[in-house]
Amino acid sequence: MFGYIVKRLVMIFPVILGVSFIIFTIVNLAPGDPAMMILGEGAKQEEYEALREEMGLNDPFFVRYFHYVADALQGNFGKSYRTNIPVFQEIACRLPYTVNLAVTSTLIAIILGLPIGVLSAVKQYTASDNAAIGVSLVLTSMPDFWFAMMLILLFSLKLRLLPSLGVESWRHFILPAIANSASTMASLLRMTRSTMLEVIRQDYVRTARAKGAKESRVVFGHSLRNALLPVVTVIGVNFGFSLGGAIVVEQVFAIPGLGQLMVNAIRAKDTPMVIASVLFAAIIVSVINLIVDIVYVYIDPRLKSRYVTVGAKRAMS
Amino acid sequence: MTGNSVLPSSGSAVTKSHQYKKKSQLRTVWLRLKKNRMAIFGLLLFAVMVCVVLSADLYMNYEEDAVAQNLSIRFQPPSREFPLGTDQYGRNVLARVIYGGRISLFVGLATVCISLTAGAVIGATAAYYGGRVDDILMRIMDVFLAIPNTLMAITIVAALGTSIVNLILAMGISQIPRMSRIVRSSVLSIIGQEYIEAARACGTGDGRIIFRHILPNAMGPILVQVTQTVARSVITVSALSFIGLGVSEPTPEWGFMLSEAKHQMRCHPHLAVAPGIAIVMAVMSMTLLGDGLRDALDPRLKN
Repeated sequence: MFGYIVKRLVMIFPVILGVSFIIFTIVNLAPGDPAMMILGEGAKQEEYEALREEMGLNDPFFVRYFHYVADALQGNFGKSYRTNIPVFQEIACRLPYTVNLAVTSTLIAIILGLPIGVLSAVKQYTASDNAAIGVSLVLTSMPDFWFAMMLILLFSLKLRLLPSLGVESWRHFILPAIANSASTMASLLRMTRSTMLEVIRQDYVRTARAKGAKESRVVFGHSLRNALLPVVTVIGVNFGFSLGGAIVVEQVFAIPGLGQLMVNAIRAKDTPMVIASVLFAAIIVSVINLIVDIVYVYIDPRLKSRYVTVGAKRAMS
Repeated sequence: MTGNSVLPSSGSAVTKSHQYKKKSQLRTVWLRLKKNRMAIFGLLLFAVMVCVVLSADLYMNYEEDAVAQNLSIRFQPPSREFPLGTDQYGRNVLARVIYGGRISLFVGLATVCISLTAGAVIGATAAYYGGRVDDILMRIMDVFLAIPNTLMAITIVAALGTSIVNLILAMGISQIPRMSRIVRSSVLSIIGQEYIEAARACGTGDGRIIFRHILPNAMGPILVQVTQTVARSVITVSALSFIGLGVSEPTPEWGFMLSEAKHQMRCHPHLAVAPGIAIVMAVMSMTLLGDGLRDALDPRLKN
């Protein structure tokens, strides 16, 4: 198992290298001259030429990319054109807000989506099942930023219960977390319901019932555990994406997280910042995917043998 | 001589039986889809929205109703003349919502066209040739899949500049990896079938086998993915416009209207409602249709 994890960790590296190449290419397609941007309009021609040379802007594309990767491997991802602070330092100080939001919204989604999905499957075609399906359908169809606006309208402007902007206290995170969790919650609910519906028709569930196991044990012990694999995937994918920055929700609530950093960087054509944000998001997504695969083994021990044999084969060859 | 005469006839027999099968598959799917009331509701809802949006010019004028500013009638509440009221420039909100649908639905469908075409070529090639080709193509797709969708679209739009065409390109490109994976897996499920073997034995070319024999029969899961892609694109295009990377003033677009409405929320909250409901309707119609299609295609639910 350990060998498998190491192998997967090593495999993340080429993916990130690929991502860096794609983003570097896309960002370099953008018109605009970074040297001009840093100096401003009134710069002298010599100064401008010198800065271009220093930044390596006169080099061919592949040389620049090679330099970027070489620097990045030494932990130097460049400085923000806008603030002149190293980009990863800036990402690090934005990260807590985004992590906070991602963790709370994922927790909300799990706490609500999972049990309601299970109940919905157990009580298929009843009024409560239909209601749950209806609500989750509306929630998946709603853009998160519109849901956020409606929450602000109701809870901040009409009822005056919660603040609508900023990050001063934990109360400021309630509405953003709810808005951010809506679509994850809804897809989790739908996924749990549909896999549970498949599992509770299986023979071993009937056997469990026949031998007189309690209904709660049949549902949560025998069925849910076997329905968890796709559910964990949904949780992992959504968690990874929200750690990359809840781009639009952060805009609505003025949360200074990674999403906002990214949008500001794009507006200001702050190339090093854009590349670093996307790289960071891609690393997070890849690592979360790996964690999801590891969690699979704990949910379904049958998968373990597969990983172990893969490792053993490699060891033999 | 006999060999020559046998080959064409067996070739046409294969094509005939394959066409018969294709028709019957689509027919059974349609028959089962028809029984699903929610799916039919989604299909009708989408059809009605497309009709309303396309026929807008018959009962409205784009320049006068949706774009021209009339500052003397700003922020009118809903009335007989303006069923959804007017916005901060005195423009008819209903007209803007209807004309806004043109952009969202057009971008949604165009995104599908791009991602489906590229995804079909990449996915089918990977599955059909297998081995090294498959490995290389899928590793490249893995790289793209590691970048969150919206992030990818935003970066592309920012690089190319904001315009409708670039918006479509950005969203189409960012959906290609997902589409390729779906096409690949559904082609892989077809490729072992006997009629593919037969077509190959008749000397049919690779391109013809892929596009005439494999893809039409692998269409099921792809169709489901198509509906989901339209739904996702409608949301993404509105999100991009919302953060100012989509359309620009005065073009009516749902996400852009919402970002304008956000500044007026304190005093004129009604502006924030209609564009949002329009998005929900468009996305929900596609989701319902997609769910229905998936159920209709699921052999385990056949009875």
